[in-house]
Order: sequence, then structure tokens, then C-alpha cells
Amino acid sequence: MAKEFKTLLNQITLPYELAYGATWTRFFEGMKEKKIYGTKCSKCGRVLVPARTFCPQCFVDADQWLEVSQEGTLLTWSYANYRYFGMPTDPPFISAMILLDGTDVGFLHLVAGFDLDDFDVVRQKVKTGMKVKAVWEDDRKGHIMDISYFEPL
Amino acid sequence: MVNKVAIVEASQNAGAESKDNFYDQAYRVVKEVLDKAGMVRKDIDTVVSASSDIFHGGISCANAYYWESSAAFLKPGSRQDGESLFALAYASMRIMTGKHDTALVVGLCKGSENPENDTCTHMYTDPFYQRQIGLNETVAAAMQMRLYMERYGVTEEQCAKVAVKNLGNALRNPYAHRKGMYTVDDILNSERVIDPLTTMQIAPKSEGIIALILASEDEAKKLTNKPVWLKGYGSSLDTFNFGDRDLLNGQLKNAASRAYKMAGITNPGKEVDLAEITEPYAFQELLWCEDLGFCAPGEGGKFIDSGVTQRDGALPVNASGGVLANNPYVSRGLQRAVEAFLQIRGEAGEHQVGKKVKTALAHGTHGFAGQCHAVAILGM
Repeated sequence: MAKEFKTLLNQITLPYELAYGATWTRFFEGMKEKKIYGTKCSKCGRVLVPARTFCPQCFVDADQWLEVSQEGTLLTWSYANYRYFGMPTDPPFISAMILLDGTDVGFLHLVAGFDLDDFDVVRQKVKTGMKVKAVWEDDRKGHIMDISYFEPL
Repeated sequence: MVNKVAIVEASQNAGAESKDNFYDQAYRVVKEVLDKAGMVRKDIDTVVSASSDIFHGGISCANAYYWESSAAFLKPGSRQDGESLFALAYASMRIMTGKHDTALVVGLCKGSENPENDTCTHMYTDPFYQRQIGLNETVAAAMQMRLYMERYGVTEEQCAKVAVKNLGNALRNPYAHRKGMYTVDDILNSERVIDPLTTMQIAPKSEGIIALILASEDEAKKLTNKPVWLKGYGSSLDTFNFGDRDLLNGQLKNAASRAYKMAGITNPGKEVDLAEITEPYAFQELLWCEDLGFCAPGEGGKFIDSGVTQRDGALPVNASGGVLANNPYVSRGLQRAVEAFLQIRGEAGEHQVGKKVKTALAHGTHGFAGQCHAVAILGM
């Protein structure tokens, strides 16, 4: 910063302890066992993934648990090749919204499993509407990144 | 509306980095608006500020920096986070109660001091799921843009034309942060940081202290012979879960229809003379024009091709340069209201449009891919 007067570089780190709650604890624990859990709304019947305690539309409990498919359709994607402070994912990466088979909302994750450095290759390979499948980490911690990425089928 | 509310005066500062600290900068803009209105601090009955103390401020409690400098202490004031146009609505409601005759609305953002917008908006995600996979507002917008182009056949060139228009318009706006004469190729050949978006289709981070003085009908007539009335207002918020939404069927339609109904507007494309809309990503101006009813769904690309939204067109959109030129993230919605106000008064200087502006629309959006929208209709 080229300020005329003095500046203060102020970086703040504060610890918080955030509860996953019962629903998301069960969802993330399921990832350890290579399972993706959703819940079904008791009114509209939509299958929501990740699992939810309630359906935000109907505002009733979504308490019917089901393991959903690990394959789905790519709804949309973006190819990121830049860095910003605090970024958790190493570029280049493909952010993806995926409709897992049998579910009714987009599941957000990454698409990878091929050379991402060459954008022309990426554009050839990645198409909206294509089928993708989850690829799992060997060492799973109950974290969304227990799924390494989704690879094109 | 039951009790009418007018904007009687407004001020703002330039978007580029300034030498002031936040405190002094806020004071200068608020002092300027009071001076222009011929008022002093005690003439203000209530204050509503729009700020973001944490991610887009990083200082401390609002009171430390904004409360005294926005002339608010000892007054029944309140502050608001999120889309800053909400602050305009809240202040207007205070006047409508009949308990307050004047209100000051202050939007506060000093972007030059902040981390990148993407660092801040990355923190808007939930910490368990969406933050871990690197979602931020730009990643979300790029996904929305791809869907928009693929579903409706809107081209990258048509999206880039928004940046060409707005950065060109900004040449006439002394407050604009980023400006210049560019070609569609310049825009498309800028760094492809997050495909399909290129750098010049993404708004910068700018400074923007915005101040507006509102007044009741009786008081407004004493304060100015050119009051600008709030004719209508509407807002709507979509679900937070990004994957739950159809990114091309968002809440702007609902926000706009609420505002149009209040203002008695039935044909927005004909009845709105000028629009200042929040387009942090170039293609969003096209999509928002559809949702505002200026053109048919899916026709945003053809709409910009037609020239209607140019500064000298039938419905100028972002004659100021919009948010692509000036993006004080927190206060950008209020800045749209200031620009609409100036155009109605004929006081927009070099970027005053040629046509007569009787009714203008100001739009703000906050959240990923337009999660939240607010629309204000201002008029003579």
C-alpha cells in the first residue's frame, strides 16, 4: 500500500469452537466410511445433500436418512487458476456443482483426475452435463475432502 | 406510500486509495453532505449506517470508527450489515413513523485497506463444507456465468461488452476507480483467472464513504427545491446453500416486483428512465436486466447489442461506470442510489445522461451469485 501516512499491518487470528451438530456430525462421519448421506424432506420429498436437519423451503423436518449415489451429473463449473490469501485449495482447480443421482440439489466439490495445468485440455475434457464419480482419499478424517475429487466417467 | 420520504442531499468520495484514515474520511463525507444541505449535526434526528466491521473493515466495533464520524452519537441510531440499500429502507421507515423528520444514511467501506474481495467473501461460506472446497463469490459467479452462457447462448463477447461500456462511462465520472477506453478483445484477453471470467470482468476493491440525507415531506420542502422521492422499494433473499439454487432463477425478480408494485410501475422497460445496478461481474448486468424486466429472459446478450443501455440509449444502465468501475463492496448499493439521485437532479456532471430522468432505479446485491437483492425506485 502506498499510503502517504503510516499504516498498520493488522492480521487477526481468533479461535472459535464451532459445533457440527447431530446432522452434520453424522454426515461427516459417513464420509469416513465412503458414504455420502442425504436427508429427505417429509413434505416435498426432495433429497437434500449434504444431509439437513430441516427443509429450508417447507420448513419441516428432513429426517429420513439415505445414502445417496456417488455418481452424478455436472451442473456447472469454473476453472480457477489464481491465488488469494486464505485459499484452502491449490490452483489450478475446478469448482463444480454436481447433481448426485437421485438427489434434488447441487453438491459442491471439485472435479479433477487428469492434467489440470493445460486449460485447453480442461476445456476439451470438462463439459456441463457430463457424468462424474467420487474418488476417495485412503486416509479419511470425517471431512468434506475425504472425497479427493470427482472424476469424469 | 403513507408518508413520503425524500432524499434531499448526497455525497460520496472517490474510489481510489486516499491518504485519509477511515475515521477522517467518514467525517469529511458526512460533513460535506451536511454543508451541502445547509444543516448541522443537531438537525439530524436519526442515523442508520451500513458497514461490515469484520471482513470488509477489520478494525473493531463500529462505534470506534463510524459512530462519531457519522455524526451519530447521542442519537437514536442503528447500523446494518449486508446489502447497504437496506439501510436506505430502514432510515426511510424511521421517517415514515412520523417520529423523525430527518435521517442520515452512511455507507462505509475503505477497500484499499482490505484483503482481496475473494479473501473476504471466502469467509462468507460456512466453515464446515463450502469453505473447505474453496468457494468464494468469484468462483460462484464463474459457475453462474457458464450456466448463463450455455443455457441461453449468451456469448463471452456480449458479457465483455458490459465492461467496455461501463469502464468507458467511468471516464466521465471523477469518483470512478477504474476507467478507460477498451475493446471487447482487451477485456477477453485480460488474465483468465477463473474461467469463464477474466480480470477485467471482475470488479476491483474500492473506497466508498456514501452519505445521504433523508427527510419527511414537510421537512424536505424546507431543505431543498429539488427533493427526490423514494417511490418504491423491495428486497428478497434466496437460500444460503449455493447448491440448492437455480443460479439463473434468483430473487431479483421478486425484489423488483415488490418495488415496482409500490411505485405503481407496470412496464419497467418503458417507465424506468435510467438504472444503476450492481454488477460485480460483467455478465451479471445482462442477467439482472432480464430479472428487472428490461428485456425478456435469456435476451440479456441481445439487449446490450441493441445499444439501449448505452449512456445515450433509451435506458442507460450504469452511466456512472457501475460497480465494475467502482466497487466499495459494503456501500456499493447505496452508491447506486446516490448516482440515481444525481441523475434525477441533473447534477451528475460529465456523466449526466442527455435524456430527462424522472424515474431511476437503484439496485444492490450481496452474497454469492445474487443471493440477496434490493431495488429502490427514486423519482421526481
